[in-house]
Amino acid sequence: MLEIKNLHVELEEEDKAILKGVNLSIKPGSVHAIMGPNGSGKSTLSYVLSGKGGYEVTQGSAMLEGVELLEMEPEARAAAGLFLAFQYPVEIPGVGNMTFLRTAMNAQRKARGEAELSAGEFLKIVREKAKALKIDAEMLKRPVNVGFSGGEKKRNEILQMAMLEPKMCILDETDSGLDVDAMKLVSEGVNALRAAGRSFLVITHYQRLLDHIKPDFVHIMADGRIVKSGGPELALEVEQNGYADILAEVA
Amino acid sequence: MAQVQKKTDALDARLAALAMPKGGFSQAAREAALARLTQMGLPGRRDEYWRYTDPALLNADTATESEALRVQTPIFAGRDKVHLIFVDGVFDAAASDDLELAGVEISLLSQADLQDIHWASGLYGVLETAGQTPVARPFAALNTMAATEGLLIRVTGTAPRPLHIAYRQKSKTSDAILHHCIKVEEGAELTMLETGITGARSNIVMEAQIERGGKLHHIRPQGRSEGKQLLTHIFARLSEDSVFKSFTLSMNGRLTRNEAVIEFSGDDATAHIAGAAVGDGAFHHDDTVFVTHDAERCESRQVFKKVLKNGAVGVFQGKILVKPGAQKTDGYQISQALMLDDDSQFLAKPELEIYADDVQCSHGSTSGAIDEGALFYLRSRGVPERAAQSLLVLAFLAEAISEIEDDVLADDIRDRMEEWLTQHEGK
Repeated sequence: MLEIKNLHVELEEEDKAILKGVNLSIKPGSVHAIMGPNGSGKSTLSYVLSGKGGYEVTQGSAMLEGVELLEMEPEARAAAGLFLAFQYPVEIPGVGNMTFLRTAMNAQRKARGEAELSAGEFLKIVREKAKALKIDAEMLKRPVNVGFSGGEKKRNEILQMAMLEPKMCILDETDSGLDVDAMKLVSEGVNALRAAGRSFLVITHYQRLLDHIKPDFVHIMADGRIVKSGGPELALEVEQNGYADILAEVA
Repeated sequence: MAQVQKKTDALDARLAALAMPKGGFSQAAREAALARLTQMGLPGRRDEYWRYTDPALLNADTATESEALRVQTPIFAGRDKVHLIFVDGVFDAAASDDLELAGVEISLLSQADLQDIHWASGLYGVLETAGQTPVARPFAALNTMAATEGLLIRVTGTAPRPLHIAYRQKSKTSDAILHHCIKVEEGAELTMLETGITGARSNIVMEAQIERGGKLHHIRPQGRSEGKQLLTHIFARLSEDSVFKSFTLSMNGRLTRNEAVIEFSGDDATAHIAGAAVGDGAFHHDDTVFVTHDAERCESRQVFKKVLKNGAVGVFQGKILVKPGAQKTDGYQISQALMLDDDSQFLAKPELEIYADDVQCSHGSTSGAIDEGALFYLRSRGVPERAAQSLLVLAFLAEAISEIEDDVLADDIRDRMEEWLTQHEGK
């Protein structure tokens, strides 16, 4: 599904290397988690994959189903099936949540040469998916993320994911700012989307999210590289001993 | 002294090119306006309220050529209304509906002025005169003196349909001077639509007196002509419990200046003045607003948004004056510009002058670029860059457009904006 090879990335403005040769291969239907200390490059990886400006790829590639992502506009990456659930979802005053969702869905459908959804069809789908995430009509009517609590913002991210049905989902610290109940709700939303043709890359600091979203593989990232990979037990090891042991071991 | 002489010469030349119509009921007002104008002179860049807008095109004795736009789909087409059509500043009776609307008396200034007595004599030039203090508005006096046509509208009931003044331009040199008077009687209500442009250059004054409990809704999309030179004045006086809401949409235009002079003379009244303006390239747009609170518990809102690109210039001069005793005044003023590039300019002068101690007045003015974070968020969801930008521009304008109470009319305005944005996407 996603094939990242020797990815090197610098900050455009200050000539500072952030990613220093990331290699990662994600098969269809699998869930990978990336953990790592602050500043290891986890969020940068998610931004670079989704096409945010301000980064320069100096080496390497990232292929989604055999197509080079790094040369595409962000909107084309989305249409190709990539989705980033933001760590800090952006507030957009003046744009209604429903308008936003419908515009995004139809733009992607159009880009893929599919027919746009009618207002009726769209409403039916959004109501059904919003219900599962306990998103009420009021939240759908409000401007995108404006006045939403931390939990509401993250649920709204998952709603977008459910509506857009991407193939490759990246969750950037989706657990940050969530209480236990909200984390459960969000995780249920994610788990409901797990499917044979859909893969996940879950970026997190803490093992507790992985209790809810069970990964197939766990990777430890440090100083711009993946330094250790393993099964779910690796996350437990981090939880118990911190990163210090692992980092010392690979150093 | 040389300056004064120059001003006098300019005024003489301007007046020589104008005829003062032989008025009936308006004759005295026209003569008084000429006297005021002679005393004030034409404005120059040194005048406080003309620093940001060069009045040269308005001072010139003739209009500068401006191509008439080809007829497009008229706005508000799906709405049942009474159409009154002006072409190059002249009323087109054949193309217009009859001057009939339940609860409303409508007459033409040129017709009414054949008589010496008319209800409008209590209004024509009266609010304009009051509005000359403390800030001189010479072109409004010029209008009162020289207006060739206009509508005299007296609203006595609740009008079942909007009154639509449709302006059209055919000649590329037309120079229109129109003067409308509107009196909304106690408890009466009217929605007035003013659309398009009626001259290469136009000077339009509207005097509106709203009596106790009366309501006047005014929605004004000013057409898309690129070369227009447009100057408008609204003078509104609000009695107790009355409501005045005015929204203006401006697209394109070499020179547009919309002045609004609002006076609260009765308690508990409400006035909302809003505008959305979008310009690309040779665009100069000026909103100059003066709100005087001279009564208790009145609410005023000024909401002005401008979208500027490729060297467009936006001006906002807005004032709230709270007179002694105008307690519990609630005044709000916001002016914001969204600059789509580094070449455009926004010049804002918000002013508050408050002589009462128990009031609530807030004001703000900002200019900024498109929010890159929001743009990326939209694109990451698959919305193409240009469409994402248009969505954010519309979102920026939303606060001004939401001042329109009627949802159907607001949607029409939004559609116009979207159309403009599509035409002006990219560089």
